[in-house]
Amino acid sequence: MSLRDQLEEIRDNHLKAIEELSDLKSLEDLRVKLLGKKGPITQALRGMKDLSAEERPAFGQFANQVRDQLQSKLENRRDQLKQAALNRQLVQEKIDVTLPGTPVAQGQPHVIQQIIDQLEDLFIGLGYQILTGPEVEEDRYNFEMMNLPKDHPARDMQDTFYITNEILMRTQTSPMQARAMETHDFSQGPLKMISPGVVYRRDTDDPTHSHQFHQVEGLVIDKHITMADLKGTLQLVAHELFGDRFDVRLRPSYFPFTEPSVEADITCFNCGGKGCAVCKYTGWIEVLGAGMVHPNVLKMAGVDPEVYGGFAFGMGPDRFAMLKYGVDDIRNFYLNDERFLTQFSKKG
Amino acid sequence: MKISYNWLKEYMTINISAKDLAEKIERGAVEVDTVTKPSDGLKKIVVGKIISMTPHPDSDHLQVCQVDIGEEELSQIVCGAPNVEVGKKVIVALPGSRIGDNVKIKRSKMRGVLSNGMICALDEIGFPKDVVPKEWADGIYFLEDDAEIGEPVFGYLGMDDDLIDVDVTPNRGDMLSVYGTAYDVAALLDVPLTLTHPNLQEVATLASDALIAKADQAVAPIYKMRLVKNVKIAPSPTWLQIKLWNAGIRPINNVVDATNYILLKYGQPLHAFDFDKISGNTIEARMAQPGEQLTTLDEEARDLDQNDIVIADANGPIALAGVMGGLNSEISDATTTVAIESAVFDATTIRKTAQRHNLHTSAAQHFERGVNRGGVEEAADAAAQLMAELASGEVQQGIVTATDQAVEPVKVSVTLARINHVLGTTLSTPTVTDIFNRLGFGVTVENDTFMVTVPARRWDIHIEADLLEEVARIYGYDEIPATLPGGPATPGALTEKQKLIRSSRSIMEAAGLNQAISYSLTTEGKAGQFMMKESHKTDLSWPMTLDHATLRMNLISGLLDDVAYNNARRVQDVALYEQGRVFYREEEQVRPSEEDHIAGAISGRLVPTNWQDAKGQPVDFYELKGIVDVFLKNLAVAGDVRYEATDRYPELHPGRTADIFVHDHYIGFIGQVHPSTAAAYKINPTYVFELNLEALIEMPKDVNQYVPISKFPAVSRDIAMLVDDQVTNEEVVATIKKRGGAYLKNVALFDVYEGAHVPEGKRSLAYTLTYQNPETTLTDDEVNQAFEKVEKQLKEQLNAEIR
Repeated sequence: MSLRDQLEEIRDNHLKAIEELSDLKSLEDLRVKLLGKKGPITQALRGMKDLSAEERPAFGQFANQVRDQLQSKLENRRDQLKQAALNRQLVQEKIDVTLPGTPVAQGQPHVIQQIIDQLEDLFIGLGYQILTGPEVEEDRYNFEMMNLPKDHPARDMQDTFYITNEILMRTQTSPMQARAMETHDFSQGPLKMISPGVVYRRDTDDPTHSHQFHQVEGLVIDKHITMADLKGTLQLVAHELFGDRFDVRLRPSYFPFTEPSVEADITCFNCGGKGCAVCKYTGWIEVLGAGMVHPNVLKMAGVDPEVYGGFAFGMGPDRFAMLKYGVDDIRNFYLNDERFLTQFSKKG
Repeated sequence: MKISYNWLKEYMTINISAKDLAEKIERGAVEVDTVTKPSDGLKKIVVGKIISMTPHPDSDHLQVCQVDIGEEELSQIVCGAPNVEVGKKVIVALPGSRIGDNVKIKRSKMRGVLSNGMICALDEIGFPKDVVPKEWADGIYFLEDDAEIGEPVFGYLGMDDDLIDVDVTPNRGDMLSVYGTAYDVAALLDVPLTLTHPNLQEVATLASDALIAKADQAVAPIYKMRLVKNVKIAPSPTWLQIKLWNAGIRPINNVVDATNYILLKYGQPLHAFDFDKISGNTIEARMAQPGEQLTTLDEEARDLDQNDIVIADANGPIALAGVMGGLNSEISDATTTVAIESAVFDATTIRKTAQRHNLHTSAAQHFERGVNRGGVEEAADAAAQLMAELASGEVQQGIVTATDQAVEPVKVSVTLARINHVLGTTLSTPTVTDIFNRLGFGVTVENDTFMVTVPARRWDIHIEADLLEEVARIYGYDEIPATLPGGPATPGALTEKQKLIRSSRSIMEAAGLNQAISYSLTTEGKAGQFMMKESHKTDLSWPMTLDHATLRMNLISGLLDDVAYNNARRVQDVALYEQGRVFYREEEQVRPSEEDHIAGAISGRLVPTNWQDAKGQPVDFYELKGIVDVFLKNLAVAGDVRYEATDRYPELHPGRTADIFVHDHYIGFIGQVHPSTAAAYKINPTYVFELNLEALIEMPKDVNQYVPISKFPAVSRDIAMLVDDQVTNEEVVATIKKRGGAYLKNVALFDVYEGAHVPEGKRSLAYTLTYQNPETTLTDDEVNQAFEKVEKQLKEQLNAEIR
């Protein structure tokens, strides 16, 4: 048998054997055996010395060709086996993707905070400042400068926690109107502010009353501010908080610190305005009080009512949250039950 | 106040339903609570006539009546009322009818005798018990003889009327009467109004011959009386009774009812005295004297205060002025001479008297909100006329006037430009003129200026802004456009402080804590717990409850109340933070200063147990400390943060608490709630911290600054050592850093161990030291040299045994 025949036989036998290999270990063994120094191809190449000089190049070429053929066959087979092994591993590694995800520690802003932040963001966009003031207030700011002199009957509308005769827990954020007007430099432009904060009333806590709750006061003072501006601003608030389909209507009302005074109603959430038990079949729900700042309030804060005027409004984030989310007991906001607080996590 | 739709219709043409009218009133004047018909929910209740009756065979009080209900055959109805009488027209609830309290009436047998329905008393068909006239309180009601048999009863009792319950704001006291409401409704509907005025017939005798009235101008600016003699006390006619009971007032007799009717109609409270019970001939309005007493009509004996106004005769008080009459001068069936008082009393004094005696009567409410000073005499005249008509009284000539006040109409001017400037409208002169005319105000226009003459009945209007409101509401708020303020632009932005407060909240939430808002008012004890500095407490002068009596000087106590609330409801994993004010006060300070703090409380686990971690790890000191660390790092306070063990807080675990310093400034503390405190709050083990947020916000900040990332590899070496267990981590790290060399980047603790294989009084600490040279690759020799220095230092300084 010629060397060439030997090589051909080796090639044919092993090409078949490689095909039948079933694991990487025997493949590696065969590779060493076949292509190693003691392997048959090396042996055959050693036998080349006995060939004539003319035959050698052709045989050498042929031997290299056989080695390359075997080598590439081995590599192919190795890739196949590796892939098969990986496939087996992947099958073994299969998990139940329906098992629950691992919980992550996550905290939420309080629902009332969310409403306040939303309002702040809206009004910042409209060029308002955010001002905050003391929760323990002087009678002068809380009442007198709001056009509620001592003995004014409207003081009875707001039962007050007094600390002394002159110092009290503020019953409203309205004193910030006076404080803001006193300090604002009108030569620098209009005053536009909202003031969110905690207020207190001498009330017994029940589902609809809380001795502590929140208000957001708003005030705009300039040379030409109109009731129409107030209406447009309140419409924006309703759209921002509740959605574009909500409408606002104004009704006459009374607050000592505004004249004209209005109450603002928005379309009932529950029935969309058709009328239901929630809105007492009116289609509207009262949400806030507002009006044009009373000239006495301007005067007392040192602002000339002949030149300046504007509007003010007072909103109740607690009430907004109750309406928006259907919370039926205001006390929930201050008891901080984890099961309550974590309900308002949706950002969408 | 409940306003009768039918009554309003007596004075103007109303072409819209009561519901629509209510809507108009709400949109243009005052809030409307409800619109109701007294007959709502009632059905098949008709007029019947008792034709005959026989005693029930098995009862000593039931009567078997044969009743004509307008059908061919008489209907047999068993009745137990004591006043049942043949020939009377009565209220019959037919079988299948629905009466008061939603009760259904069926054909039934009463002690074996068939009864086709029920003969009703007023309270059985929905009348409130306190409104039913006394004569009908204990029996069935007799309808007037001309009532049509078989017809529904509702029309005969005024129950088919619509009652509009208006919620009158404090400034619109003028609407607390039918006339006042009628003026506004006519303006809103733009229809003419025809009001009737009294046309009084007087006898020749002068009232002033028999009666002298005295009053102090300050106490009663207007005080007038009329005298009516020879009245015959009797029940009022049905039309009058209907008006009263539909307004929620119980009819009493023709004289008392006349005064109440005038109050409803004009809004002027009146009082009728039995003149024959008066001692002497002088009636005086004055302040009560010390020690005076009066038994009021509700039969309560009251000790009078020197700040109460009383009406008195020669013997003393006979009425609590403007609030309630006295029993000693009450109108009775025997009364023949009536003194009618029509007056105006000082509103504030009346309000305080009503509060003091807890007597918020209708009269008091009217005086508190003011009355029409121009209508005092007309009200007296109208009442006298009614007593003449209903009780055949003889009205003595003249009004006896103790005090009086000239009532000038108020003149207010406003320009058209001003109206449009404030309302944002483009109204024309005729439109505005028309609005004032509709309101019944006098108006003249000159050069676009409206001179408006406001009648006395609208005492709420004094200034230009008041006129603007009148124009706005009558024109209609719906018609006003919606715009946004124009004018110069103003920058809207959060201040630095506000931004940092918002960031603080986000950081806490990112760390897994839920925001809580707790009560600022707490118990005296809790207010003074967990104190960051000494402070006097601030108490309410008149708290509602001891639970909310003192202003908090810490946030943690509120959070622990929240933890307790959760724990009590089997919620064991609680992670809360609060950002809010605490209230500190120096001794001489009246008003406390307010400081923004941020505090946290964690009880149980931060991450709930789950299938991968079935037991879960309750939060410990170090986890909360990690949160505080992250918070301070995120807040970028410049300077070293230091935790110093302390046992100075009585409410905190003495071995598990640290004061926190930033750059050697005390800014708060962290620790475990003392087991005794936890037991008092009834809470599980809880870890807390509280920081002075305001101080943190004001501290200098480290701004973010890019540091190039080294291309050269870092080398790390681990070191484990045994040290005395009194040696703190802080000391070890400081020692390592002191001799760490220029390339020591980081020292990280990776193991703490004490117990088996560690000698008593010792503990094992292990750290990874990371070295890096930003300029070049460190050689092993360089690292080894630096590391050896650290080892040496630890051995020498801390007596550490390197392992």
